[in-house]
Amino acid sequence: MSEIPKDLKYTKSHEWVKAMPDGSVAVGITDHAQQLLGDLVFMELPKVGAEFAAGKECAVVESVKAASDVYAPVSGRIVEVNGLLTDAPETVNKDAYGDGWLFRLKPGSPGELKSLLDASAYKAVVEAESH
Amino acid sequence: MGYRTPLYDTHVKMGAKIVDFGGWDMPLHYGSQIEEHHKVRQDAGMFDVSHMNVVDIKGANVRPFLGLLMANSVDKLRTQGKAMYTCMLNARGGVIDDLIVYYMNEQWFRLVMNSSTRSKDLAWLDATSREMEGVSILPRPDLGIIAVQGPNAREKVYQALGEGLRSATEKLKPFFATSIGELFVATTGYTGEDGFELILPGKAAPYSWQGLAEAGVAPIGLGARDTLRLEAGMNLYGHDMDETTTPLESGLAWTVGWDPASRNFVGREVLERQRAEGVTRKLVGLVLEGKGVLRDHQKVICGSAGEGEITSGGFSPTLGKAIALARLPTAVAAGSRCDVEVRGKRLAARVVKYPFVRNGKSCVE
Repeated sequence: MSEIPKDLKYTKSHEWVKAMPDGSVAVGITDHAQQLLGDLVFMELPKVGAEFAAGKECAVVESVKAASDVYAPVSGRIVEVNGLLTDAPETVNKDAYGDGWLFRLKPGSPGELKSLLDASAYKAVVEAESH
Repeated sequence: MGYRTPLYDTHVKMGAKIVDFGGWDMPLHYGSQIEEHHKVRQDAGMFDVSHMNVVDIKGANVRPFLGLLMANSVDKLRTQGKAMYTCMLNARGGVIDDLIVYYMNEQWFRLVMNSSTRSKDLAWLDATSREMEGVSILPRPDLGIIAVQGPNAREKVYQALGEGLRSATEKLKPFFATSIGELFVATTGYTGEDGFELILPGKAAPYSWQGLAEAGVAPIGLGARDTLRLEAGMNLYGHDMDETTTPLESGLAWTVGWDPASRNFVGREVLERQRAEGVTRKLVGLVLEGKGVLRDHQKVICGSAGEGEITSGGFSPTLGKAIALARLPTAVAAGSRCDVEVRGKRLAARVVKYPFVRNGKSCVE
């Protein structure tokens, strides 16, 4: 069973979102997502300053198996990307919720965060997919 | 639920991620595909390939029968146990399947064919055999296949299955096989490493697998099987060739048995014409210069020479780079540069001779 930390927010498309003290949010893919993808070998991350609407493709993660899109969980502007992943994409397999974060985003409207799933709602999404 | 090999329960117990593979429930990996890949290159790993189609061809006329059906020449098989890689073609020279033929004796040749092509292969064999006396087609669904591959594979097989095997198999050169009771041991494989392919009664497979695991042979899923064969520059049916491409367009000219000229195998006419006129496309290797991953069907742009397509693309764990087999215009030379279209962007790649990796070592600069 995959790990789903209680203090994060989630999307149906398997991104996790963490509110940071500076008002930005950190975004990554969930433990369930990295398990489905298998060994990750390449990340195509957005440019700092790029703006995305909620639900838009903003990054690509590639595993030995396939390429998979990552969607912006909320609208906003990219303020930082995780440079560690350029040379060590496998960090996402090892630590999906920690060192394996993909990017930080400054949300356009803080209200959108409320529409994200909490841990128990995301757990239901994962369970529905596994059956 | 799909078809299952005799090792299905064993895979589940060993923590395999099971996926549907052409109608079969097969292990994709047992944790990490990349670790499994390295294990085979550096030590020893085992694959359950019992889904593959073992067919025994028996009778007085087996040799002329296979001489008609196979693009490679069974005349090359004169020593008992000798194995040969070949394509089986349609009348247009297209590849129905690629397979290995083992010569056991004049009355018995063994074929190991792909799983995905099983029904059309058997239909083709049956239809052709009806026109010829003295040929029996005997599919062997009762058999399982365990491929044990890697630099330490042979030693670990002896450790697991008994030292008695050593004297019977240690002198086997590559591409040979021998039968020891119910066990068929072949020095063939699909990884570019030394090792054995063991064909054995399906009911004996779980016990042998367990013994191999205890000897330190790691279970390897079909994911790593694909990255290993791609590094080794070995074609995959349905990707690098199919019924619309000939061996000459698929990097397999070396498998065509042109001599004797009198052997009129199915597809020969088309191959002779292509040989005389030259082919317009060929299979080459690609190495991506920068970061990214090459995938099947991506477009390859070769300047004024024209365009082509990736037939097998992926990430090479040994090289740490993306590699591919691609079908490109014949004019494109090894060493030249081309662009691959990946999600609307053009990434630079180099055309190389393959294999990319052999016996654990990189073959590209």
